[in-house]
Amino acid sequence: MQYLLLIYSNEAEESAMKPASIGSIMAEYTEFTKSIVQSGQFKAADRLRPTSAATTVRVRNGQVATTDGPFAETREQLGGYYLVDAKNLDEAIAIAARIPSARYGSIEVRPVWALPG
Amino acid sequence: MTDTVDEIFRREAGRVLATLIRLLGDFDLAEEARQEAFTAAIEQWGTSGIPENPRAWLISVGRHKVIDRLRRDSVFRTKILDREIASAAADAVAPADDVDDDTFGDDRLRLIFTCCHPALSSESHIALTLREVCGLTTQAVARAFLVSEETMAQRLVRAKKKIRDAGIPYETPEPPLFNQRIHGVLAVVYGVFTEGYAATAGSHMMDAELCGEAIRLGRLLNELLPRNPAIMGLLALMLLHDARRPARVSPEGDVILLEDQNRTLWDQSKIAEGSALVERALSVQGQLSAYAVQAAVAALHAQAQKKEDTDWPQIVGLYEVLLRLQPSAVIELNHAVAVSMVDGAARALNLVDSLAARGAVGEYHLLHAARGHFLQQLGRASEALNAYQSALTYATLEPERRLLRARMASIEGLPAGT
Repeated sequence: MQYLLLIYSNEAEESAMKPASIGSIMAEYTEFTKSIVQSGQFKAADRLRPTSAATTVRVRNGQVATTDGPFAETREQLGGYYLVDAKNLDEAIAIAARIPSARYGSIEVRPVWALPG
Repeated sequence: MTDTVDEIFRREAGRVLATLIRLLGDFDLAEEARQEAFTAAIEQWGTSGIPENPRAWLISVGRHKVIDRLRRDSVFRTKILDREIASAAADAVAPADDVDDDTFGDDRLRLIFTCCHPALSSESHIALTLREVCGLTTQAVARAFLVSEETMAQRLVRAKKKIRDAGIPYETPEPPLFNQRIHGVLAVVYGVFTEGYAATAGSHMMDAELCGEAIRLGRLLNELLPRNPAIMGLLALMLLHDARRPARVSPEGDVILLEDQNRTLWDQSKIAEGSALVERALSVQGQLSAYAVQAAVAALHAQAQKKEDTDWPQIVGLYEVLLRLQPSAVIELNHAVAVSMVDGAARALNLVDSLAARGAVGEYHLLHAARGHFLQQLGRASEALNAYQSALTYATLEPERRLLRARMASIEGLPAGT
């Protein structure tokens, strides 16, 4: 079986962290990632930019509707994901609008932090 | 001398910023660069004279000042940031594109489309457009929204951060995306206009300024994207409404209805310009724009020397076209008012009652006000009073409320204002 491990945390608290604590958490993450790579359990991982950079895409009556901000309705649940390469947000929105569930659900488009180096 | 420099700054501020954003790839850096360039110009033009091409001078000086600053600062930064700055600086020192008028026009269009990008909130659209495209100060934008300068500054920072972090492109979209996005852009421009036109409760000076900025944006779009029927229609619509501004509000701040306005106060040059634009917009085959049809209605009102001269049958026809293009409660209500002028209040009342029966308009004060007016015309006084009372429950702007109270007083045979 494969499992998707979703990371939730409080953005406001995180952004208020001191550089020293951020540094130690980042080191922990590096350590953790290394360990599951070595054990052969690692498939993929990315850090997302905060929800302030999020855009929600829906297609209704054939029209693409875009809204600022993350998807935030509790009556729909996370059902899958695509990680795609796009040259900018417009291209990402165009791909998102082609996902079949965009016609009845919502697609949250979140940029991924570029890896340093 | 000082005046000329001021004039150059005013004329070039938008173009210089739009091009600097493309060259530096960042709104904040571009604003800093423009500020540096203006400061340098004030210092140097006094002695060396105004350069032959002030726009190119401002862009080149601004760009280099910011790159120098980034290089100096980068000594203190971490390695990762260093790389980002190095790549920004490399972009920035890339050979300058041809700086002809077309390039500048393209940059201004890029800026407009970016500020009106659908991944930004609609309140950010208007705020960013006023700040970045029109060049209003943050303080002036805050005043337009009736929020504190600090709140507005934060909103602008958030919007610019979203542009950067989400990868919103600094581009004018290609068709077919262009055709969708231009409607969003026009909605923002019209939003700026209606913000100024409707907010009679706010400061009049600010209102006139917003309408003026919206018209300036309309002209700019019409210049950059000529012969687009929706742009011509919107510009015409704004000009024709704005032409009536001097007659719309009494010195006491009361709303004066179209039928009661002193038509000699209307701005005839705006009416002439708007009417000519409407005709051009409507003559583009196969692309009927709702803005152009609304502008045609406004033109018929504006062209009537006396209210009795108004071509109501044609206005009814135009509203029927609009109802097919863009059905809404507002258009239905306006249609009913036009019908009352042609076929009488009884038929108009039927139309409004059928609109009300379909629901979702219970809190729309203008609907109740129109019902009251039709009932009053039909001599149904107590029903009319009830309708005006409902309108009063939902009307928020004080001048509109005074008008409603005056109508009620006229039924009750009391002097207005008691």
